[in-house]
Amino acid sequence: IVCVCVCVFIYFQQRNLEGYVGFANLPNQVYRKSVKRGFEFTLMVVGESGLGKSTLINSLFLTDLYSKDYPGPSQRIKKTVQVEQSKVLVKEGGVQLTLTIVDTPGFGDAVDNSNCWQPVINYIDSKCEDFLNAESRVNRRSMPDNRVHCCLYFIAPSGHGLKPLDIEFMKRLHDKVNVIPLIAKADTLTPEECQLFKKQIMKEIQEHKIKIYEFPDTEDADDNKLVRKIKEKMPLAVVGSNVVIEVNGKKVRGRQYPWGVAEVENGEHCDFTVLRNMLIRTHMQDLKDVTNNVHYENYRSRKLAAVTCNGVDTTKSKGQLTRSPLAQMEEERREHVMKMKKMEAEMEQVFEMKVKEKKQKLRDSEAELERRHEQMKRNLEAQYKELEEKKRVHEDEKANWEAQQRILEQQKLDASKTMEKNKKKGKIF
Amino acid sequence: LAKMSGGGSTLLGYIGIDTIIEQMRKKTMKAGFDFNIMVVGNSGLGKSTLVNTLFKSQVSRRSAGWARDEKIPKTIEIKAVSHVLEEGGVKMKLTVVDTPGFGDQINNDNCWEPISKYINEQYEKFLKEEVNITRKKRIPDTRVHCCIYFITPTGHSLRSLDIEFMKRLSHSVNIIPVIAKSDTMTIEERLEFKQRVRKELEMGGIEVYPQKEFDEDMEDKSDNDKIREAMPFAVVGSDKEYQVNGKRVLGRKTAWGIVEVENPNHCEFAQLRDFLIRSHLQDLKEVTHNIHYETYRAKRLNENGGLHPITCNDTQESNL
Repeated sequence: IVCVCVCVFIYFQQRNLEGYVGFANLPNQVYRKSVKRGFEFTLMVVGESGLGKSTLINSLFLTDLYSKDYPGPSQRIKKTVQVEQSKVLVKEGGVQLTLTIVDTPGFGDAVDNSNCWQPVINYIDSKCEDFLNAESRVNRRSMPDNRVHCCLYFIAPSGHGLKPLDIEFMKRLHDKVNVIPLIAKADTLTPEECQLFKKQIMKEIQEHKIKIYEFPDTEDADDNKLVRKIKEKMPLAVVGSNVVIEVNGKKVRGRQYPWGVAEVENGEHCDFTVLRNMLIRTHMQDLKDVTNNVHYENYRSRKLAAVTCNGVDTTKSKGQLTRSPLAQMEEERREHVMKMKKMEAEMEQVFEMKVKEKKQKLRDSEAELERRHEQMKRNLEAQYKELEEKKRVHEDEKANWEAQQRILEQQKLDASKTMEKNKKKGKIF
Repeated sequence: LAKMSGGGSTLLGYIGIDTIIEQMRKKTMKAGFDFNIMVVGNSGLGKSTLVNTLFKSQVSRRSAGWARDEKIPKTIEIKAVSHVLEEGGVKMKLTVVDTPGFGDQINNDNCWEPISKYINEQYEKFLKEEVNITRKKRIPDTRVHCCIYFITPTGHSLRSLDIEFMKRLSHSVNIIPVIAKSDTMTIEERLEFKQRVRKELEMGGIEVYPQKEFDEDMEDKSDNDKIREAMPFAVVGSDKEYQVNGKRVLGRKTAWGIVEVENPNHCEFAQLRDFLIRSHLQDLKEVTHNIHYETYRAKRLNENGGLHPITCNDTQESNL
């Protein structure tokens, strides 16, 4: 919106500025804000199992979204079509991207595949509905965007043309989401076969009036050349691999065969780099814009028209769109109050738990202290007894010694008495 | 010197019993023989190319004039094309039965039924000829001797359709599963895939040719065991020639190398060809005639009290 204002300003007042104002800095500000906010992107992959979808995702984003411990959905056999979502946070150069990969295991794998596209359509519609409801709320502080921005459809490399299932699926989804068809496992085809196959597919796509994602033309001539080159290569023939192999001294990602190495990032071998550049480096924002401005608006007008036209809502909506703002505010207030109550209850719970814990700890330390007290007392008593014993022994010894001394004394006395007697006897004579 | 079995006495002088082999050979060469092969699999798996490569000539339905980019038919069709090939004085009437539309629809329930019907129709034709009062000297044999089933090289496991088809048809025809377009997989992926496929076949109780129960003696068993270990063969087909190391070889030229069809390090086409044509061709016909056909015949004769006009038919003179 800000950029539009700037353009209008320039149109009406084509004046040269007499000095540096500084609004040229605006893109930087927008950029900095976006970087702080981070980006979101939702990518859906659809195709039969065994076409290398998981490997391609791992190769595109250079992460092991699907690894041996958490194998891709294809490795787990499914009986019905499921829609599974995995989120991963990718950081690069200070920019943060919340990437959501939506996978559809079981698609096209059963014997009877009628309506196997229905779960996919339901998923896309439900995400649009969530966004519509979030947009219609009175309090729109947080509006997470989980809409599917791009759907990569994997075509099996038969070399002949599209299968009835491919045509049906693309026909039903081309006006709900950006569909980008890819030729999977393109290392099956020789370059000539690949060219013929691509031509055949584009012919059939035009025949059945399928609207695949169109790359927008830009004013820049160079960019246009690039865009035209991409358009000529549609549908892109890709090969995926995360195994690094050494070729002529260079380390490349590829697939090793007895007759050579098919390099993933070699433009002459497959269109993987084109896909990656297009998807991530140049057109990611455009995919989001088209989703928002075209597919989502289509959904929204269809949904709202269904409600207002009939008066009765034929679709399964939450009915938030038909009420007056006041009623909606009341509803939101109620929701908020309930949320608060719940949080309160939770906090009380947590508090009680903590109190219990503390009490238990105190009791434990009390018991410990008691124990130690007991032990010290016992130690003391033991020492006391020991001392008593020693004292007794000592007393005994003393008594003995005294007894002995007395005897000695007595002896000495006796001895002196007899000497006296003898002396007396001696003097008379 | 000839030796009589049972009698235990050696003959004095050369009789010439062993020339019977030569006589048989001459007769066979004059008469030629029939071989009917059916190819089943999703479109785009290289069935026609493989058959052309196997018999080194343009024998598939595609070469017989059908356009390359014909639309996928709405229902399964059975198209049979016959050619007479000659090699070393031996004439073979090869009939390739193609099944376009198999597994290509959105709803593939019962897509095996037209195929099953066709196979049984051929047995019925043969049976009718056999019970006729005045029989032809050589009953034309249109029975399917071998059905090659093409497995999609997903690298994961068999698809439900594959298992359903093979379960239902392994008792009425010889099924040989092959992994089509195997240049999609690296060697490790191929080994893992084959192991998983073998395990799934075992778990489903599917007996593919060569069936274990029909091994006649130890020699057969050991030969067939080796083949069973290597099955399903991972094949690549091509009818274009390229120059590799001074030799002209059949192959596929990609930007990173040439896949040689007959190089055993690249794929198992040579093994399949040797197995199918050079060693087990006659055995395929015999198993079809002695076992699959007999099963069908017994079933037919037991229901509805048998065929008219003849009810008992003991002698089974095979005109192969």
